[in-house]
Amino acid sequence: MSRTTLPRATSAAGLARTMRIAAGRVAYEVRTYFRQLDQVFFTFLFPVLLLGLFASVFETMTFPDGAGGSTEIPAAEYYLPAMLASGILLSGVQNLGVDVAIARTNGTLKRLAGTPMPPIAYLAGKLGQALVTGVAQAVVLLLVGRLAFGVELPSEAGAWATFAWVFVLGTLSSALLGIALSRLPRSGRSATAVIIPIVLVVQFGSGIFIQFSLLPDWMQQASQALPVAWMALGMRAALLPDEYAALELDGVWNLGGVALALGIWLVLGLVLVRLTFRWIRRS
Amino acid sequence: MASSRLVDVQHLSKSYGDHVALEDVSLHVDEGETLALLGPNGAGKSTTIEILEGYRVRSGGHVRVLGEDPQRAGVAWRAGLGIVLQSSGEASVATVREELRALAALFPDAREVDEVIDAVGLSGHAGRRIASLSGGQQRRVEVAMGIVGRPRLLFLDEPTTGFDAEARRDFWTLIRSLQDEGTTILLTTHYLEEAARLADRIVVVADRRVAAEGTPTSIGGPEARLPIVRWREAGAVREERTHAPGVLVAALIARLGEPEDLEVVRPSLEDVYLDIVRADRAEAAA
Repeated sequence: MSRTTLPRATSAAGLARTMRIAAGRVAYEVRTYFRQLDQVFFTFLFPVLLLGLFASVFETMTFPDGAGGSTEIPAAEYYLPAMLASGILLSGVQNLGVDVAIARTNGTLKRLAGTPMPPIAYLAGKLGQALVTGVAQAVVLLLVGRLAFGVELPSEAGAWATFAWVFVLGTLSSALLGIALSRLPRSGRSATAVIIPIVLVVQFGSGIFIQFSLLPDWMQQASQALPVAWMALGMRAALLPDEYAALELDGVWNLGGVALALGIWLVLGLVLVRLTFRWIRRS
Repeated sequence: MASSRLVDVQHLSKSYGDHVALEDVSLHVDEGETLALLGPNGAGKSTTIEILEGYRVRSGGHVRVLGEDPQRAGVAWRAGLGIVLQSSGEASVATVREELRALAALFPDAREVDEVIDAVGLSGHAGRRIASLSGGQQRRVEVAMGIVGRPRLLFLDEPTTGFDAEARRDFWTLIRSLQDEGTTILLTTHYLEEAARLADRIVVVADRRVAAEGTPTSIGGPEARLPIVRWREAGAVREERTHAPGVLVAALIARLGEPEDLEVVRPSLEDVYLDIVRADRAEAAA
């Protein structure tokens, strides 16, 4: 009879089962993600398109140099880290916010509720999907930035280590926040209408589309409360030459602040998902 | 209670605020048995089945499914269930085989995926995306998803809605093979012929209560199966129920000569069912 019963979830065999299911779930999620062309366009290729657009429209961008004068940097250099941060936000918040809202309202979650699927394995599948598609997206962005717009990429391992932890921390918090936000839309049809404006406004206010130093002071301050400005800062710190740090708020790459802010959002995301995610609301 | 009683429901009730969805439903399903739950739309069939599946919370009464209270049961309990919900109309971009493999991975003793695909008649479509299949084929995928985990207890909520006559017969053959393997089944359907062919017992839920219970050949009692003699007289259709239809027909011939549009009908399960539902409605109105 041992074949016909499930191990306890907290036993070693139970954990192994959950991990095996989660791994299979990531593969399933990634495969189905790339079959949904609207999703691929609006969350995967959109930042690439915007990078091309911004880098073509603005050749250079003018920043205050902190000493009363100003300095110019190529637009592609500013927008590559910004679009990497945007991609993290889209792969997490927009992609999963819409995806899980649709799964909730079209009966997919209800069906899964009737199976022995561990909720944690389902959620891990979604996080894995955001990570895998996010990595693929980052590679495309870096290649386009390098090959099409001649952005110099760093060669030191330290820069890529910074890139990696900002990317992973940013993607996981975004994915968790997306799953938490998926509670908001009342129907699958309204999901994009509810999620996309949130994502757009936050990006505007965080210096993703508009140069951060051009935003009013209060908006710069307010954006510090959200994770996106920190992701963009982390990406700039990883990819841009060190002397560009002079253009930041205090003239330094505040990586401690990035780690702290994204860490707080990760924990907050976990708590929100724990509190809001249900297969179904039993009535 | 016998350990072979897989579903045990006593005096189940369910209300939403002032609205009473179920008043008093008692039923049971024993191991290896197929029970058909019949009733008009809105009578409480789906509410009942969703309470048994753990999707809804009951207001009162006693419910045990596979020995546990569905409201409290966990993941291990669900490994013994197969659930085919009413069709949601939403289809995945995964292929038939991918979807079933993903699901089979959740169960400790799942069936072979390709055998299940074969059993529901989709062998030629295993590699196709579910969203690209016809409505009837998508419904077969949902049935396949319900049985791939080799459930002890299978819930089928209106499984053949949208099937053509041939697909429905194929489905019946599939269900019979599951019955032969010992699967216990709780089925709701609007097709009385389906219930007559598949069910060992029938429970009719009408007006939020159990209105009748019995086997397909006994439900409603012998009176409900009295033959009906129908004929046309003076332009109007007349009918009479009698133990002795031959005597009545002979009397008609004596009186009218060859009776116009003469029929002698043994009530089908559908006729019996409609009588039960009508009688219940009249009672509720009184």
